[in-house]
Amino acid sequence: MLRVSLTFLGLGILCLLLADIEVSTLHPWLEIRRMFLGTITPDIPVLYTFRSALLNTVVFAFCGITLGVLFGSVLALFFHLTPVRLFCAFIRAIHEIFWAFLFLPIVGLNPICGVLAIGIPYAGVFAKVYAEIFQEADQRPLQGLPPGSLLTRFAYGILPLTYRNLKSYTSYRFECALRSSAVLGFIGLPTIGFHLETAFRESLYSEAAALLLVFYLLIASLRYWLKPKWVPLYVALAFFFITKDVSVQWENIVRFLGYEIFPWPMRRAGFISGSHELAFSFTEVASWAWRLLASEGMPGLWNTFILTQIVLAGSGFFALILFPGTSRHFVSRPFAAATKSILIILRTTPEYILAYTFILLWGPSMLPAIVAIVLHNGAILAHLSGRSADTIELRNDAPRGSINRYIFEVLPRVYGQFLAFLFYRWEVMMRESAILGILGIYTLGFFIDSAISDDKLDKVVFLILMTAIFNMLIDTISQRVRRNLRVSVREVVEIRE
Amino acid sequence: MFNLNRVTVAYNGQPALKDLSLTIEEGEQVVIIGQSGSGKSTLLRKLFDLHSDRAAFVHQDYALVPQLSVFHNIYAGRLDRRNILRNLLTLIKPHKNDLDEIRSIVSELGLEEKLLDRVGELSGGQQQRVAVARAIYRQNDVLMGDEPVSSVDPRQAGDILNLLKRSTKTLILAMHDVDLALTNFDRIIGLRSGVLAFDLPSGQVTPQILTDLYEQC
Repeated sequence: MLRVSLTFLGLGILCLLLADIEVSTLHPWLEIRRMFLGTITPDIPVLYTFRSALLNTVVFAFCGITLGVLFGSVLALFFHLTPVRLFCAFIRAIHEIFWAFLFLPIVGLNPICGVLAIGIPYAGVFAKVYAEIFQEADQRPLQGLPPGSLLTRFAYGILPLTYRNLKSYTSYRFECALRSSAVLGFIGLPTIGFHLETAFRESLYSEAAALLLVFYLLIASLRYWLKPKWVPLYVALAFFFITKDVSVQWENIVRFLGYEIFPWPMRRAGFISGSHELAFSFTEVASWAWRLLASEGMPGLWNTFILTQIVLAGSGFFALILFPGTSRHFVSRPFAAATKSILIILRTTPEYILAYTFILLWGPSMLPAIVAIVLHNGAILAHLSGRSADTIELRNDAPRGSINRYIFEVLPRVYGQFLAFLFYRWEVMMRESAILGILGIYTLGFFIDSAISDDKLDKVVFLILMTAIFNMLIDTISQRVRRNLRVSVREVVEIRE
Repeated sequence: MFNLNRVTVAYNGQPALKDLSLTIEEGEQVVIIGQSGSGKSTLLRKLFDLHSDRAAFVHQDYALVPQLSVFHNIYAGRLDRRNILRNLLTLIKPHKNDLDEIRSIVSELGLEEKLLDRVGELSGGQQQRVAVARAIYRQNDVLMGDEPVSSVDPRQAGDILNLLKRSTKTLILAMHDVDLALTNFDRIIGLRSGVLAFDLPSGQVTPQILTDLYEQC
């Protein structure tokens, strides 16, 4: 365990030395001051103008998560089949924003773009986690049942045992869906991210503060308005609400899937002659792919990898320093409560928005991305580690000094769980690293975003496929590491109190 | 040294100790016996709180860190007497002197070959001996134990009790094995439903007294 930790720490430090880190803005302190002033003077009345964006944020999240739960549940039942497992790994390896990039050319800036962009990757996540929950359930009740159809046996032997876990994981995911929905606004969909971006770009920090404030309130109040018995009503209303705007043009889908995603060399002759026919030549396609790989794919991948390893080590380090501040074994209750609320704010703010803010402060380099991802993931990890630390009952002659207590009593006990969760988040951090390229850091997202601006969909598809494959690779390595260390992530489903 | 005067302790309204008075002098070696639930652990904890700064404790559930080695768990007994840097370094690479000292303790407990094994991989009896070793390594002049030999075989239990007696001046144990208590200790304290039933030299504890102590109430 120690060796693995030190290896990844070393790798992280090495990557940090290779990373491009600088502060390029002229007056970062001035900007910080304006942000601070904006934060303490939120422009609440302006929210009235943004009411439809607020509604859209919730509606997209509801519709997206409903799709995710429906398809995810079905896929979970067949998760033991390798093709299903690979398919799920593939659809969740592509970030919501990249899915939105793929749907934009087909359906335009339509609600259905946002809903599918959330629903598809979430289906992959739900399939995996639901399947894990079913697998970990006690198998004895099932063996006690008389033979019957698969569905009956499932409903009587597994569902009752796992219902609580399924419910708590799904409601945690709804919180994530709200975050995803908000962030999709940054690429143009009509959610609050759209107005946040405008507000940030024009330095209207009071407006941004009001939007963020209402977003925190929305998430903090979930437990009061998201009662299981009301969910069907909400979902029905949400679907009713979006269907009035949905318009899908069949020819767009056909043109996208049947023409535009094919590599340019296949389309060139037809494009020039005006016939729009496809012609396949292996050497030309291969040399196109090779050039793309060399000029954009590999540099993007390299930077994504560097950023991912820095934030993996950084988040772990940050969490280990921070979690004692949330635990009753080290600090007083009021202090722990204060630290916890800071952590909640950090993990509620989408890393995309954190990164956007830091880029305004420091200019584009890896620095804002590193700080954003480390704060967000480190806060989640610190929260979980602090909670598992609090379940430990210390012996009555335990060392009194905090540091002795930390290194000899608490840390060894929570470390396995901590590492399991850190590596569990590895692929998440990689997806975030790739996405933050859209903000001007040279990770894969940068090249995908440029290809979208140039309307080169063949490039977009190629680079997104590459990102997905790299993500699946990291997922596989992470599973290996966790299995070798014999650590498991039972905690994941209980992330919310 | 230990002086309890008419002490009552209650958990959730249920009294665990009732109006109990007791004195234990420095250098005495005492065993508390009684049915489970009679208040032995509560009494031990109460006594520990009187001198928590100079007492070592063997916990009923061992209170070990399963992820650390036998060596590190025992070393943890003296954490507060060493500086933090040394403690940190010891986690990464144990010092030879510490290894030797702790090896000599575990060899008396039959754990020499397990010194660098993780505690979580040991059997219950082995873990209990690690907990005993940690309390001994602490080198306090008071040592308390809540059922410190409950999971080891009877012959070994006698050896461990002797080791405990040699390692400290004042020894206070709670035990459920009455014969083992009577053969190894001079002063026996009987608890019954949180009340002091008797406090006698072991020679005066008759079978009748024991029958009364363990009779269902």
